Amino acid sequence: MSAVEDVVTEAPAVEAVPKRAMTLGFGTSLVMLALLLLVPLFVKNFIIFQLTMLLIYGLAVLALNILTGGSGQFSLGQSAFYAVGAYTSAILMEHADMNYALTLPIAGIICFAFGFLFGQPALRLSGVYLALATFALATAMPQLLKLGFFEHWTGGVQGLVVTKPDAPFGLPMSQDMWLYYFTLAITVGIYVASVNLLRSRSGRAFMAIRDNEIAASAMGVDVALYKTLAFGVSAGITGVAGGLGAIAVQFVAPDGYTITLAISLFLGMVVGGVGWLPGSIVGSAFIIFVPNIAEGISKGLSGAVFGVLLFLVIFLVPHGARQVAMVAQQLIGKLKK
Amino acid sequence: MPKPTRRRLATVFLSLAVVAATAGAALAQKKYDTGASDTEIRIGNIVPYSGPASAYGVVGKAMAAVFKRVNDDGGINGRKINFISYDDACSPPKAVEQARKLIESDEVLLLFGTLGTASNTAIQKYVNGKKVPQLFVATGATKWNDPKTFPWTMGWLPSYQSESRIYAKYLTKEKPNAKIAVLYQNDDMGKDYLKGLKDGLAADPSRIIAEESYEVAEPTIDSHVVRLKSSNPDVIILFTTPKFGAQAIKKVGEMNWKPVTIVSNVSASTATVMRPAGLENSQGVMSAAYAKDVSDPQWAGDPGIKAFDDLLAKYLPEVNRADASAMTGYNMATTMVEVLKRCGDDLTRSNVMKQAASLKQFAQGGLLPGITLTTGPDDFQPVEQLQLMQFKGERWQLFGDVISGELVGN
Repeated sequence: MSAVEDVVTEAPAVEAVPKRAMTLGFGTSLVMLALLLLVPLFVKNFIIFQLTMLLIYGLAVLALNILTGGSGQFSLGQSAFYAVGAYTSAILMEHADMNYALTLPIAGIICFAFGFLFGQPALRLSGVYLALATFALATAMPQLLKLGFFEHWTGGVQGLVVTKPDAPFGLPMSQDMWLYYFTLAITVGIYVASVNLLRSRSGRAFMAIRDNEIAASAMGVDVALYKTLAFGVSAGITGVAGGLGAIAVQFVAPDGYTITLAISLFLGMVVGGVGWLPGSIVGSAFIIFVPNIAEGISKGLSGAVFGVLLFLVIFLVPHGARQVAMVAQQLIGKLKK
Repeated sequence: MPKPTRRRLATVFLSLAVVAATAGAALAQKKYDTGASDTEIRIGNIVPYSGPASAYGVVGKAMAAVFKRVNDDGGINGRKINFISYDDACSPPKAVEQARKLIESDEVLLLFGTLGTASNTAIQKYVNGKKVPQLFVATGATKWNDPKTFPWTMGWLPSYQSESRIYAKYLTKEKPNAKIAVLYQNDDMGKDYLKGLKDGLAADPSRIIAEESYEVAEPTIDSHVVRLKSSNPDVIILFTTPKFGAQAIKKVGEMNWKPVTIVSNVSASTATVMRPAGLENSQGVMSAAYAKDVSDPQWAGDPGIKAFDDLLAKYLPEVNRADASAMTGYNMATTMVEVLKRCGDDLTRSNVMKQAASLKQFAQGGLLPGITLTTGPDDFQPVEQLQLMQFKGERWQLFGDVISGELVGN
């Protein structure tokens, strides 16, 4: 049986999401942006730090969303790209004394290349097989980072401590607040770019591949190119998120980028709604705050409580935050009438 | 009767004034930083209750039990301890989040007993920047004893390096001509151990004739043991984690090879190393210890162990008393309580560090007799002594004197 037949007989891995349903309306987006801009002015530094992490994980979930929701490919290996991004930023900052802002595009480019190259062999695989191949990447990464060969640069098991940047131009804000706005600017930029990417010719090609690979290739879409491209873009964005994460946490170590992270990101994507980009931030909130809530309910059984909460979400709203948003939209529509 | 009344009034005023003055003086002596008050001392802690290292969650539970008993007995100098312990699942980014939550949101006076080398490294710079004590971290790495760079961080456990220096001292004294082979895990723990051994044998480094390292991901380390045997040493030292310690001891026994075998304290558990390796292979193996082993019958009726058992029976009935993590948490929390007692009414962060750095030969019921805690402004390593032990029959038997692993000279 050839790969083509495989694809034909297999049910589509991801449900088709119409293009317009992938984003928020213009008005809603502005309200969200205003909220994100204003909230830090009224909360403690610790909350600002949590919000920064929310944006960073949001970016990583968004990247996975482009890959899975956009081009229909699974990945359980996002933690590997996140780790490469984090280490690239950390190494450039600590060993090459490079400005933190400059390290991010480099982290993005390196991860893009890494993802693109990984996408080449991964082309032969689809569905659960691809998920497994990326899973292997995620499992291998923490070990690779510990290798004696790289140790001079990576610090081995000990990891690297990163210096947190101060606000530039003598701006009167704390390090946390500056980093938050810096992250917000990058996140908004990448979000807008991602929305435009999915609306562009390339985005349509991604979605055509997702919906039916054979039909897409019949219409002249270069399936191999666009599949690897989707991997590259996703990895690149994840790398930027990883770099930001290293700066925010001020520390990188192999233990921080285990398979648990990859699964968390995958979880965030499903909870936020596969293929719905604004859901990324909701999914990210889920993976950051729900474990804390679970721990608050029961310390010994935090894992079990988290499991129950996750089960409830998947059972009640299988399409995640997207479904909630749709229902809310319909309700508002009815009220207006 | 105007006169007596007036006099009495005067007395009343005078006594009031005296009371006010003494109260004022008492108030002046009470000094607090964030997290401490007349009624409460807030302590933050981070331990992996979930995730791959969740077995260490027992450390946090044992600490909580100690503080609960202190509170039930009236607290420390009248203040109750509010022990806030969070889970980091052994993930450094999560540890940073939890540390920030403890310091900025829960406003604790200090962090105590945070567990894991990576997690502690991740928060060390932040905590020192905030000038919050990071006391008695639960990791054996040597780097916590660095008061010049990190004046707010202090270790507790005997460091890997001091332990291996003790083996070096023993080998120098008792087996001066023996050739040594070392097997170590290729990570910070194994390398710390190896460095300590080399420092201890600095007078004659050529005695180490073979070194083999293994990766923690390797399924078996038999081939490394065989290679070490081929160099024909008299002593084999295993700086391994429990699984590999058991494998190596077993392999040495299977090859009918009878070198002097030393295994690190990390892998000295009877239940997880010596029994799986086979009791016949484990005979004569040496290691070192600082805490009492509750399963050792020689401590039956020992007051220190009795206090520990009473605590577990009342506050932690679900925890297995033979779990070494429970003893570790118990011992560390006991030190913490002592430091807070010594702080008296001056519960500032700098005074906490000062008191923690001025322990002098402080003995605890859970430590081996003769092993005491000593710290100083330049010595942030409370436990530095161990006693050698040898496996005989079905248990470890202590022998020789308590040996200090302190660096002498340099």
